[in-house]
Amino acid sequence: MPNLKDLKNRIASVKNTRKITKAMQMVSAAKLRRAQDAAEAARPYAERFDAVMAGLAAGVGGSDSAPKLLSGTGKDDVHLLVVMTAERGLCGGFNANIAKLARVHANKLIAEGKTVKILTVGKKGRDSMKRELGEHFVGHVDLSEVKNIGYVNAQNIARDILNRFDAGEFDVATIFFARFVNVVSQTPTAQQIIPASFDAAEGEDAGAATLYDYEPDEEAILADLLPRGVATQIFTALLENGASEQGARMSAMDNATRNAGDMIDQLTIEYNRSRQAVITNELIEIISGAEAL
Amino acid sequence: MADMMQFDLVSPERSLASLKVASVQIPGADGDMTAMPDHAATITTLRPGVLRANGPEGEAAYVVTGGFAEISAAGTSVLAERAVPLSEVTQEMYDSMVAEAHAAHASAKETFQNEPGPVDDAAKLLADMVAMGTHIGLDPNVPNL
Repeated sequence: MPNLKDLKNRIASVKNTRKITKAMQMVSAAKLRRAQDAAEAARPYAERFDAVMAGLAAGVGGSDSAPKLLSGTGKDDVHLLVVMTAERGLCGGFNANIAKLARVHANKLIAEGKTVKILTVGKKGRDSMKRELGEHFVGHVDLSEVKNIGYVNAQNIARDILNRFDAGEFDVATIFFARFVNVVSQTPTAQQIIPASFDAAEGEDAGAATLYDYEPDEEAILADLLPRGVATQIFTALLENGASEQGARMSAMDNATRNAGDMIDQLTIEYNRSRQAVITNELIEIISGAEAL
Repeated sequence: MADMMQFDLVSPERSLASLKVASVQIPGADGDMTAMPDHAATITTLRPGVLRANGPEGEAAYVVTGGFAEISAAGTSVLAERAVPLSEVTQEMYDSMVAEAHAAHASAKETFQNEPGPVDDAAKLLADMVAMGTHIGLDPNVPNL
């Protein structure tokens, strides 16, 4: 017969777990709101930036003097994969999904005979990428000390990437992050940032584009803005990732809480049954003892 | 004030202003310029400086550190890398901006030893930053460049 005391302890421990997961869920819900607000607030900048860049890129892109950030190095032998994940676990398949997408991408490139370099942002991604593709590792950005992601963080990452690009360390850079769709779904996404591609706004604006005067000239502006564009894209990705992480954690913790509840119900039934059995047993013993006299 | 245009000031982190104004004074990379309604469509990069928007409720001034402005007949939008209302700029904040520009200058000098371009750009950024401080009455704290 299962020990009554053991069962009681077990129920108490599952109850504690449920309290913790419930609390984590509520914390994530609050953080999610903040992350979503931040992502929302950053959107106007990114959208306008892309619109202007698309116009500029269309004008200058064809010429030979176009900056390398836009036209590329002319090769695509060395790929830099920037894998952005969370600093913490316990958020369902969030980290695993991003890492998996990056891994599939990396393996495909390796199979094609290209060189792959991996830069990770976020501890969880580093751990899982290192296990399989450790020899391709070139760096890691630690954001575990950062509470609220600011543009400065994105700038630092962008500077790191741009320095590597200037040093000729890679030809193509792609970032991996999870796009926030809603609380229960986040899509792992791969986005190429170098050479830059601006295709979103081109379709509608191309026809009716106003002719702008450029001050200084177009190319100088483009050279100034392209590095900022990299930072902006990374910033957007970081914010999307932040919202996705909280969303994923919220639904994971919701599941865990519900699971713990089910488990408590089952254990309680089991506990009551064995308690009943103990009482019946005692009664039988007393009655048979009385009869024997 | 009959003629008004839409003015938007956005930084990567948030949108700071969106209102109707009569004119906007922009610290362009090639010099200050004032945009008024029906200005010719222009895109200009910014240098560190003070941006002033003249609206119905008086003048609003912001310190911007870089980015670009898009001017069209219908309105002006400024995409600043960092923008802070002038009244909220403290000496500390300004010091850190100057220190940043200083560091950028130093690292440019180190990396591009035989190319004057990037070094000059960084030096200009630093000089603009210092000039801005003097302009708004804060101490640049930089003895020599």
